[in-house]
Amino acid sequence: MTQTPMTIEELKRMAGIIRCDIIEMICTAGAGHPGGSLSATDVVTALYFRVMRVDPKNPGWPERDRFILSKGHACPVWYAALAERGYFDKAHLSTLRRLNSILQGHPDMHKTPGVDMTVGSLGHGMSAGLGMAMSARMRKKDYHTWVVVGDGESQEGSIWECAMATAKWKLDNFTVILDRNHLQNDFCVDDEMPIEPVADKWRAFGWYVDAIDGHSMEQVVAALEAARERKGIPTLILAETVKGKGVSFMENVADWHGKAPCQAEADKALDEIRRCYCEI
Amino acid sequence: MKSKYRYVLPEIQTLLTSKDLFAKAKSEPTRYSYADALLALGEQNPDVVSLDADVSKSMKTTLFAAKFPERSFNFGIAEQNMMAAAAGMATTGLIPFANTYAVFASMRALDMVRNSIHYPRLNVKIAASHSGITPGPDGVTHQAQEDLSIMRALAGSTVIAPADPTSTRMAVHAAAAYNGPVYLSFTRDPVPVLYDESFPFKIGKAVVVREGKDAAIFANRDLVVQALMAAELLAKKGIDVRVIDCHTLKPLDEPMVLKAARDTGALVTAENNIIYGGLGSAVAELLVEKFPIPMKRVGVGNTFAESGPYLEVIDKYGLTARHIVKAVNDVLRRKPAVQGKLPAKPPAQPKSKATSSKVKAKLRRRR
Repeated sequence: MTQTPMTIEELKRMAGIIRCDIIEMICTAGAGHPGGSLSATDVVTALYFRVMRVDPKNPGWPERDRFILSKGHACPVWYAALAERGYFDKAHLSTLRRLNSILQGHPDMHKTPGVDMTVGSLGHGMSAGLGMAMSARMRKKDYHTWVVVGDGESQEGSIWECAMATAKWKLDNFTVILDRNHLQNDFCVDDEMPIEPVADKWRAFGWYVDAIDGHSMEQVVAALEAARERKGIPTLILAETVKGKGVSFMENVADWHGKAPCQAEADKALDEIRRCYCEI
Repeated sequence: MKSKYRYVLPEIQTLLTSKDLFAKAKSEPTRYSYADALLALGEQNPDVVSLDADVSKSMKTTLFAAKFPERSFNFGIAEQNMMAAAAGMATTGLIPFANTYAVFASMRALDMVRNSIHYPRLNVKIAASHSGITPGPDGVTHQAQEDLSIMRALAGSTVIAPADPTSTRMAVHAAAAYNGPVYLSFTRDPVPVLYDESFPFKIGKAVVVREGKDAAIFANRDLVVQALMAAELLAKKGIDVRVIDCHTLKPLDEPMVLKAARDTGALVTAENNIIYGGLGSAVAELLVEKFPIPMKRVGVGNTFAESGPYLEVIDKYGLTARHIVKAVNDVLRRKPAVQGKLPAKPPAQPKSKATSSKVKAKLRRRR
């Protein structure tokens, strides 16, 4: 097994493996959300295999960094990362969304080792992360809390309630990564309910905004590591991403927000991903 | 003669027949009793934190904030963020008390209360003031007449509506000692201090506060005192009712309900909450499956209320002692064992000759 923290090259390869897991598990389940899982893959991979202080053998370790995928529907990427990181056996991945599975359709903290918060209804996870960060500050603990928020999700009012509160308390132990993949369930984010100028909005709410290419592992790692060190201000990493990243026919297609590939589509997708990532 | 009352202060017992009970009795809004108890808890347990949403002065949780500024957080007018943040804090072992008004706790932030607090069974205490139509003057937007029904519908919820300041303090300590989400409902308006310190508060255990054998009244929060007043009015007519403080709406004290049903054969529920889904519904659901007997629910009907002084509003909307008396008389009339002993219900007087002749014509056609 590869040691963590991984090098950039190892991370790129791992992101390919996790993308394959995502396609396989959603295809097997016959339902799920591939688009938003694939757009968040590089960020989640960098967090679990390089940046976060975690112990897969002790998922409840009080000193661990916390991670919340606030856009809970993209949980295949979370489950795949946890399995690859050794939180549970990879065999569970094929049970996604099945009765009695540890892998629910949306994440359940009591069913899946490593899931720090139950999420699914949008606009909750960031606030839960805020609570964890506030607790760390109060108890003088040095763990960091990381939350991935969707760009569609940021249409929820509670996201901005939380953005305001985080800045009020100047929580520098709290980082939000905005997965800016431009698509939501129905249509394009910026047609359906525009969020631009999104960087200015977060800055106006009192955040340090770090805009990056969310698929450049070098940029992702640099932004995450800088966020951990930044003092006195919360960081919003504006990760410019592509919904369905890594699978040509899924990229930038809103229909792949919540649709499972059939076996033939999955085979084609896996072939593309393996050629692009795993042979690095 | 041995008193029929249990735990009820002697001065309250003597005032129950007085029209001036609310003026003369020592009283306090239970939101203030909560604030006292929270402060005491803060001293005992460093994990207790207080979360506010711009009503800390109203709920007097400013007391906690002044004493423990590092454990007090005001989220502003943002109840959704407060509830989900409380959930996040609870995952780290803190015991957050999230303070707001019942309408906001149970409705504005319900998605967070359901998905982020109850579904993961996190140890968050929701402290809801202005529950029921106790915020009389504020009007409908601030009158939470359905909060208890909503909270009762959540899986794994514990819902507590204490009757007086003494039992409120006990409820707050019991909630802190319990591991899991608890919804605590408090009054905006003052309610009399009913009980002495021997009141045996235990989550899920209803308390008989007045012995009686002819019928039983199950009441919660601010209608317990109305039920006690009703019992005195009924006693004057020779009717002896048991009064039960059913402070925990959920889990319902089923053995206590069934015992009262068997002992008395007639039950009335009294709640300052809409009659759908609250205490009346809980008792009715149990009785209809296990021990069907005559029963009547006193509560807010299918209507929103309006602004007005607390006691006037609850009277207009059918929640005072006289309404409970009427309900008891109704169940006694339907109770087989006492039929014949009580005066039969007088036949309804025709409103006018016109209606009367219409009714007669209808009856003739039926024959």
